[in-house]
Amino acid sequence: MSWYKSLSRRQFIRLGAAATAAAGISCNRPSLNPWRFLSVNEARTLAAICDQLIPPDHDPGADWARVVNFIDIQLCGPFVLLRKTYRHGLISFDRSVRAQFGQSFAALTVEQQVVFLRLIETNGLSLDGWRQISPTDFFEMLLNHTMQGYYGDPRHGGNRDHASWKMVGLSYPPIAGRQHYDERIS
Amino acid sequence: MELKRVNAVVVGAGAGGGVVAKELACAGFRVALLERGKWYTAFDCRKDDLRNQRTTALGCAFGPDEQRNPRVIAFPNGTQQIVKPSDGSYSNNAACVGGGTFSYGAMAWRFMEKDFHMRSAYGSVPGSTLEDWPISYQDLEPHYERAEWEIGVSGDDSGNIFKAPRRKALPMPPLPPSLEHITLESAARRLGLHPFSIPMLRNTVSFNGRGACMRCRWCVGFACEVDAKNGTHNTVIPVALATGNCDLRTDSVAKEILTDSRGRVTGVAYFDGNNRLQEQPADIVIVSASATESARLLLNSKSAMFPTGIGNQFDWVGRNLQGHAYCGAIGLMDFDIYDDLGPGASIAISDYNHGNPGLAGGAVLCNEFIRLPIQFAFMTPPDMPRWGAAHKEYVRKFYKRSVIVMGPVQEMPVFDARVQVDPQAKDFWGIPVVRLSGSRHPSDAVTAQFIAERAQDWLCEAGAIKTWLRLPGPGLSGGQHQAGTCRMGNDPKTSVVNAYCQVHGVDNLFIVDGSVHVTNGGFNPVLTILANAYRVSSFIAKNWKLA
Repeated sequence: MSWYKSLSRRQFIRLGAAATAAAGISCNRPSLNPWRFLSVNEARTLAAICDQLIPPDHDPGADWARVVNFIDIQLCGPFVLLRKTYRHGLISFDRSVRAQFGQSFAALTVEQQVVFLRLIETNGLSLDGWRQISPTDFFEMLLNHTMQGYYGDPRHGGNRDHASWKMVGLSYPPIAGRQHYDERIS
Repeated sequence: MELKRVNAVVVGAGAGGGVVAKELACAGFRVALLERGKWYTAFDCRKDDLRNQRTTALGCAFGPDEQRNPRVIAFPNGTQQIVKPSDGSYSNNAACVGGGTFSYGAMAWRFMEKDFHMRSAYGSVPGSTLEDWPISYQDLEPHYERAEWEIGVSGDDSGNIFKAPRRKALPMPPLPPSLEHITLESAARRLGLHPFSIPMLRNTVSFNGRGACMRCRWCVGFACEVDAKNGTHNTVIPVALATGNCDLRTDSVAKEILTDSRGRVTGVAYFDGNNRLQEQPADIVIVSASATESARLLLNSKSAMFPTGIGNQFDWVGRNLQGHAYCGAIGLMDFDIYDDLGPGASIAISDYNHGNPGLAGGAVLCNEFIRLPIQFAFMTPPDMPRWGAAHKEYVRKFYKRSVIVMGPVQEMPVFDARVQVDPQAKDFWGIPVVRLSGSRHPSDAVTAQFIAERAQDWLCEAGAIKTWLRLPGPGLSGGQHQAGTCRMGNDPKTSVVNAYCQVHGVDNLFIVDGSVHVTNGGFNPVLTILANAYRVSSFIAKNWKLA
């Protein structure tokens, strides 16, 4: 059984509560948005996209590894100038997917999601409604940020439990000389 | 506001500036050392895969700061773009005490003799300003030695039959070899090549009061957690300060070089840490701000005598911007070759620096520094998808099975590969910013193809089951090896500084950094910058009479 799936249900709930507590919201009020910048729908779409860019198998996928959390944090930091790009890009993305399949991206089958992402990647669909950014540029940005959130240092909100470093067989936490670097989320 | 006069102002506390400040301070000069960045130390080591000088996804760790220092890139198609330090096309190195030496990979190369007379060796190259240096390897040899012993170099180049002659061996041995090193070494010998351990500005034993490398995987682009990486910040600059003759001022952004009506420099105007404009009067000014920033400072220093910028009477300031045309090959092995012993780069061959049929110059070939997972995730073979299940499986399977061999191909300088100052864009302090334009000489791509294929041959002999080439693009060079913009020469009409790095016609203005390199060798240039700094400092100390 995949190591990350073998966490008990109690541990899962505790981890979820920790995430919402970190966002300062009580988990007893699920109608509130737990994200700092993203809307619930934006986060849901991003989660579905990044889980195709780095899918779960016997090692975690991007969503479990908290790539969306990474993106949300950075949109309040070094990626702050990309907020409009994300917002408009996701609107254009949603419009295109509904034009193609009649549903939201998260509701598609895996095969449909992969097909659609390939179209986005190659500018292979109608550019109607893609004014702020081209589909291919939007895809490249998502790909870069998904990879960064998955393979980067956990201190930035992704790579939960060093999942990707475990996956490639690296030691973690890193063996250190003085351990002067901090592992808090920046 | 005018400050108390000093003998020398040094602009930039990097490789060149750090050495000059120390040499002059030790010779009794009163020195003001200006640095636009901050003073980081080993305690600032964060080992952040996403924020360092190599991977700048979340910004550059060691400057310059993202918001206040834009540049403009002009493209051949007539468009232009404003870029930030974390953008790849910015041509950044670093901005901090130690400059690039604080976070570099620390390869410590002596250039070869031919690297100083490329034109005599290979003839003129159409479309290139290829020229000889006005100095030879022998002029620099004793100063290379000083840099190796004073700043601290480890390694073993005794197996390099191509190297320029050295009088004294390196002060420290190489690190014990990794599995990758051993594998590549046997392969090189089977091919009849001459492998040796890369000289590095890195402690491998206790030296200069600091300990040895801890062999982690965060080297190139990172601060060293155990202070084993040697730069000017932890060697010569503290010595300069200890003399009592040197005043280091961080967060100090040079605006222009001040001159008098006779065309001699009188000091430097700069913005201090409170963003107040100061004027530092001095007998001599030494500019060590990097090839891009030194050219910018000269071009921004306009006066009646120098309407297009000091030293720029013949339009050679900012010209011939070069770096290296990096190329090589990636190989995948069918066994785990990664043993987590950093820094990764350790073995080299100099067989292809010169004497390549039909080519001018070439490059040293070295194995690469350790790839962090975020870096390896973008290193897929051309026939592999860049995302999805297959990509994830590739990263999982091959992370510990990749070997990369790369080399810094010596570029043929191009007059129109240049640094100017932008007519409109200004930085936070209102100073016109660097405007970059131009592209590489087409022959660089030909040389790079040849060198990359030699890297590939080496990897195949080492047992790689799959290899593919990495080749440079045609665009503008520069980056962390930036050089050439204020070249040395005997003719003031085709150079900016003379053989002692004095700006032609301005005897009390010196440039001491990579700007003065006529050509940039087929090697990382920092040891040559350090050696030249010792040489020029010696000239200044001998010939300048202090009042």
